Amino acid sequence: MVDTANKTLRRTPLHDIHVAHGGKLVQFAGYEMPVQFEGVKPEHLWTRENAGLFDVSHMGPCFLFLKEGLGQPGAHEKISALIERLVPSNIAILKPGQGRLSVLLDAEGGILDDLIITRMPGEGLDGMLYIVVNGAVKAEDWAHIELELGDEAMLQRADDRMLVALQGPKAESVLIQHFPEAADLKFMRCAYIQKDDEKFMVSRSGYTGEDGFELLLPNNEKGLTIVEALLADARVKPIGLGARDSLRLEAGLCLYGHDMDTTRDPVEADLGWVIQKSRRERADFPGAERILKAFSDGPAEKRVGIQPLERAPAREGTEIQIDGVKIGIVTSGGFGPSVDRPIAMGYVRADLAVPGTNIDLMVRGKARPAEICDLPFVQPNYKR
Amino acid sequence: MSTYFSEDHEWIAVDGDIGTIGITKYAAEQLGDVVFVEVPEAGASFGKGDDMAVVESVKAASDVYAPVSGDVTAGNGDLADAPETVNEDPEGKGWFCKLNLSDKSELDGLMNADAYKTFCEGL
Repeated sequence: MVDTANKTLRRTPLHDIHVAHGGKLVQFAGYEMPVQFEGVKPEHLWTRENAGLFDVSHMGPCFLFLKEGLGQPGAHEKISALIERLVPSNIAILKPGQGRLSVLLDAEGGILDDLIITRMPGEGLDGMLYIVVNGAVKAEDWAHIELELGDEAMLQRADDRMLVALQGPKAESVLIQHFPEAADLKFMRCAYIQKDDEKFMVSRSGYTGEDGFELLLPNNEKGLTIVEALLADARVKPIGLGARDSLRLEAGLCLYGHDMDTTRDPVEADLGWVIQKSRRERADFPGAERILKAFSDGPAEKRVGIQPLERAPAREGTEIQIDGVKIGIVTSGGFGPSVDRPIAMGYVRADLAVPGTNIDLMVRGKARPAEICDLPFVQPNYKR
Repeated sequence: MSTYFSEDHEWIAVDGDIGTIGITKYAAEQLGDVVFVEVPEAGASFGKGDDMAVVESVKAASDVYAPVSGDVTAGNGDLADAPETVNEDPEGKGWFCKLNLSDKSELDGLMNADAYKTFCEGL
């Protein structure tokens, strides 16, 4: 049972909706969250074929903006120069409303978190970034950002609002009934869309491998009305954290704290692509020495896809062997309802990180055959 | 033949010295879609409460404990290719294994159908 002796679990603004829809609530990242509604497998398959609505209000949306000079010429370059002290991606190059995945690095180049950094859309908002970090580490992330950048920038938390994701091939046709301009957004683009007398933050992004949107909504009747209208659509069902995990694993997406942490750098996590060439050349990010060495010499271990060849799933922590010798470990593993077979990802010795390599997964003391494979397990449906 | 139930949501149907074991309908519903089952093979021995089998749903792996002590006389090999049987017919075709009971007095510590029903209602 959930230990609530010392600290009360937080509830998102959509708690009553979860209960009304029969959500099975569990403790997650300090919140009481629905792990499933009708079941992980049907929810997973529904999202791949229709549209699923996910409450991700436990995550860490925030705004980072200049203390002075907001909206003035050069403001985006200034706020970019600040955040680029902490992340290895090129933020300055982003166009208004454009977002990108990056990683927050510690001084040694270890991954503190992965995050989406978006240049605010529209006039007058240059100098402000919309950033979404993981729920489980948001307090630490925000403290780190404020400590490093607090003299020049202000961080405003937005995790008191509703953050919902509408994901799946029918997400667009559902959402444009309420936000027609959402149809114009491409993957990893964000807009402030007018509805009635208010503007709402809508981005075309997600964590399922499907086309979809994430909406930051106010914690009031208006926000609730939008969520209820989406859920009232016959093409939409509420989806719990269980299916969110199986969807992202099929899509080959990392879960922070499992598939990466401070012991991993972006190169071994196979996230080297978040470090653009310009940043590699400038070598001006935390842990640049270690990370650039990993680029040039190759990392010791590398994150790979793993395809079990039998029906037994291999869960997180499963040892990976070849001829009885340990060569790596599973960091995420389970069953992929869309591919209808067990799937996993993990880290193996870099010289063995070749698709097709035969490995053994040590499941409950038994060696189960598997092979290294490419990620993802399902091709994404992003609208580029 | 009498059927008994454990607080860990296993059932055992006893006929003479042989008990057929599986997980209850309640357990199957709680697990959700079963994607893999590892059942013991004939010849294996278990003490009451030992890890005897594993049932995996999309989300997680769960241990199944031996409700009584005994030696396995047969495992349900059909579940390897059709794990969904555990959801479709948990207290019938979805049985896990058959056990030659080594101490029938252990059955006294289990519940009958009515007591188990009341037990589940209290969860």
